[in-house]
Amino acid sequence: MNKLVFFANKVVISGFAIGSVYAMGAIGVTLVFAILRFAHFAHGDLMTVGAFFAYALTVLFPTAGASLGLPTGFVMLPLAMAMTALFAMALDRLFYRKLRANGVKPVVMVMASIGVALMLQGLVRLFAGTASRSFFIAEHKEIFRIALPIEGITRKLVITEPQILLVVFSVLVVTVLHFFLTRSRFGKAMRAMSDNADLARVSGINTQTVVMMTWVIAGALAAAAGVLLSLDVSLKPDMSFNLLLPIFAAAIVGGVGSPFGAIAGAYMVGFAETLAVFNWSVLLRPLAGWLPAWIEIPVKLAFVPTEYKLTVPFFILVVVLIWRPTGMFRGKVL
Amino acid sequence: MHAGYGGTLILKGVDLQLQQGQIGVIAGPNGAGKSTLLKSIFGLLTVHSGSIQLAGELITNVEPNVLVKRGMAFVPQEKNVFESLSVEENLQMGAYLRRDNYNHLLEKIYADFPPLAIKRKQPAGELSGGQRQMVAIARALMMEPRLILLDEPTAGLSPLFMEEIFAQILGINADGVSVLMVEQNARQALTIADQGFILTAGKNRYTDSGQHLLQNPEVAKSFLGG
Amino acid sequence: MTTRLDRRQFILFASLLLLIVLVFAGMGSAYAVRMLVEASCFAVIALGLTIQWGYAGLFNAGVMGFIALGGYMAVLFSYPVNAAFWNSQGPAALLGVAGRLLLGIVSIVLLRQVHRIGVGRHWRNVLLTLAVIATYLTFLTAINPAADLIEGQAGFIGGLGLPVGLGWLMGGLAAAAVGYWIGRICLGLRSDYLAIATLGIAEIIKAFLKNADWLTHGTLTVSPLPWPVPTPGEIGFVGARSAFLALMVVLIAVIYMLLQRAYQSPWGRIIRAIRDNETAAAAMGKDVNRRRLQIFVLGSLLMGIGGAALVSFSRIFDPSGFIPLHHTFLLWVMVILGGAGNNLGTLFGAVLVYIIWVMSEPATLLVFDFIRETGSQWFDWVAPADLDSRALQMRVFIIGLTITLVLRFAPKGVIPEEVVRH
Repeated sequence: MNKLVFFANKVVISGFAIGSVYAMGAIGVTLVFAILRFAHFAHGDLMTVGAFFAYALTVLFPTAGASLGLPTGFVMLPLAMAMTALFAMALDRLFYRKLRANGVKPVVMVMASIGVALMLQGLVRLFAGTASRSFFIAEHKEIFRIALPIEGITRKLVITEPQILLVVFSVLVVTVLHFFLTRSRFGKAMRAMSDNADLARVSGINTQTVVMMTWVIAGALAAAAGVLLSLDVSLKPDMSFNLLLPIFAAAIVGGVGSPFGAIAGAYMVGFAETLAVFNWSVLLRPLAGWLPAWIEIPVKLAFVPTEYKLTVPFFILVVVLIWRPTGMFRGKVL
Repeated sequence: MHAGYGGTLILKGVDLQLQQGQIGVIAGPNGAGKSTLLKSIFGLLTVHSGSIQLAGELITNVEPNVLVKRGMAFVPQEKNVFESLSVEENLQMGAYLRRDNYNHLLEKIYADFPPLAIKRKQPAGELSGGQRQMVAIARALMMEPRLILLDEPTAGLSPLFMEEIFAQILGINADGVSVLMVEQNARQALTIADQGFILTAGKNRYTDSGQHLLQNPEVAKSFLGG
Repeated sequence: MTTRLDRRQFILFASLLLLIVLVFAGMGSAYAVRMLVEASCFAVIALGLTIQWGYAGLFNAGVMGFIALGGYMAVLFSYPVNAAFWNSQGPAALLGVAGRLLLGIVSIVLLRQVHRIGVGRHWRNVLLTLAVIATYLTFLTAINPAADLIEGQAGFIGGLGLPVGLGWLMGGLAAAAVGYWIGRICLGLRSDYLAIATLGIAEIIKAFLKNADWLTHGTLTVSPLPWPVPTPGEIGFVGARSAFLALMVVLIAVIYMLLQRAYQSPWGRIIRAIRDNETAAAAMGKDVNRRRLQIFVLGSLLMGIGGAALVSFSRIFDPSGFIPLHHTFLLWVMVILGGAGNNLGTLFGAVLVYIIWVMSEPATLLVFDFIRETGSQWFDWVAPADLDSRALQMRVFIIGLTITLVLRFAPKGVIPEEVVRH
């Protein structure tokens, strides 16, 4: 039974945590994809930038969180989200709008977004160096070790405060987003524009405003994902490119243009990753007595060695592209 | 008026006029620039020279969302509904620029187009061709326009639905809305037209009332299939 | 057919020549020739990219992976034989792994046919999935001990000791194979998907080369790699590097000529027709995706060859040394600045951008030295200890900025490809 708790710690809790991060990234990617029709490669760097905004605020006010009993980085999150939203709008204005007005092919937009990604990477590293940093400057990371009230279980369920915040926050975000998209006038306009941009224009919807709103949502969610991930692990300036592939995989698995598909895809990718790198020998060893003698349980039996973790989202992506390019939830064919 | 796509000029001098409350029909062979004309009027294409006026005001190259506020509506020929949105949401998008309570209008539209009332929660993409056309027209009516532009409203519809759509258009017109439509089924459309315009090669060849055009032997011979 | 040099092109190339002369004067011949050889390797890769992007509009965000793969093939085929490996139990262990893998593959192939003996489609798929998983797990559990054995007894498997040219060719073929596979999956889909997939495959190839120590020596690196021409140890730096340069120039000339020939051929006309108007070409019954796949594979081939040459020249194979900035995005700048789809423009862009790139390192450090000095003298600013490594990040910024600016203000590059209007 202790092994199962180990499994829960390693797979279920981490899967939820990383899935939530991917979800918040993938929603942004899928919205940009649906409304602006290109894969935004600078999204990972938008996350890094958001995390650094929050980090800068944390350095400025290291004790702000103590009064509320929450990590300072989390208290600074709304501010960082607002800053990143503005930042994303500025990026659009500076780099994407003109290209869009010129009517370039989507691929050129993709290239431009990679250019932007490189610029952001350069800037972040120029100002912050390449070392990883911890958000916990004046406080320490709260780690809960929960003893389960079941006979014979000595191993404790381990969950960190950032992980709890991460899951709670993403559930909140998803709920708000759902009501925004299905109930509000503006949310419906966003869906309308992702469905049929020309008709949206004909209907009198100001497409420029919808585009700006898309960047606000994408930027804010990217910041949230970046900050919460950095709280959970640490703030690394080079995290962006590693996040990009799982996030794109999640968006495509869920069907491009479908935010809820993206969420489902994100948890799928997150759990697939943790399941794939989990050492299954741990769970199999207690069963050794029942297995035939010729089966020898290796010391380490993981589907994918940790160094190759990136193959998991890639594999999922390839499988989906082969079998169902429109995604699991009938996304749009773009 | 001269207009076109990018560098290619498609309209080379068109001149037409429609009185308030009239139905105007633009007919002509393929490639004459009928759809281009409607899109240019609605600010979707760049007009290079000439002018367009709505009730005496200049609206040349004005953005569509401004035109919608000024009481103009446009129903494109293809992809004219939001397929993933429900019928009701389609209508709400038509009323996007309205900030008042428009429930009475919604009820009136459901009364005028009964099939839409039944399917109001259904995604528009699941509707039949005729019903989609109704959604498209109803969406355009949500702003209570003075002038509605229709691009081939009966394209691809069975004769039965065609009759129905023409009846709807007459109904709309009876409410005081001016209608300017491009129509492939010229003979039928001209019977309901106050004004008819026959376009060829980017110019209007004949301009007359619908009845006169139908009786004009030359028009009948060249454009209405004898 | 030769492209007539017009006035503008003449000025551009004359300035490039002047720049090269300046580098020779300022940094010495050995340095300058080395730079030119590297630039020429990049030029081969850039030709591969320009036909993918410029001819067919295919977007490759993982050039690095193709370079790394080509580089490794050069190691595998041309590095001297590692006697310790062949005398150890390594080959036998590897054979065992291969045997199990083969067994698995055979059973998968057989299982694909079970519907013939009346097994339902559904059950066939279940069985197939199980077989794939079982094969994979068997392979995984078998490869680790074998890898440990090889690493313990011989370090790594070494090379085959074959001619360097063969290594380069195999590098091209391996890259082409990967290009074929990824192209088959993505080419029917939106162009963005190819970008995402190539980005992923590049990182995976790098991770593999870095971690499969038994095969590639991983981060322990392999050196010295053999050269196809006499090495500096034999005839001195300038002589050896010049010989290498001469070889590269001949290689580029041959590739360039072949590409121009192909470009003028009926095949090339179809390719251009697809590029200029995809819908019309498809309507004329041209199989657009098949042509694109051919282009993508051809481009990957050139990338593999160029990558192999680059790694051979550096004399060391270090998988961690492959970075997207240097091996993917720098190439893009070369191509879009030079003129996508124009081979001459691409060659120009490759040499020019590489010179600027190499010279920008000392230049950046100089600028930041100045900032540090002024900062500490005037404002009592204490520069962070890692300022130098941070300063080099400016180059990342500059590359990104160049990409966005060129796309916006000179999307066709300095030597634009003429699109013939019919």
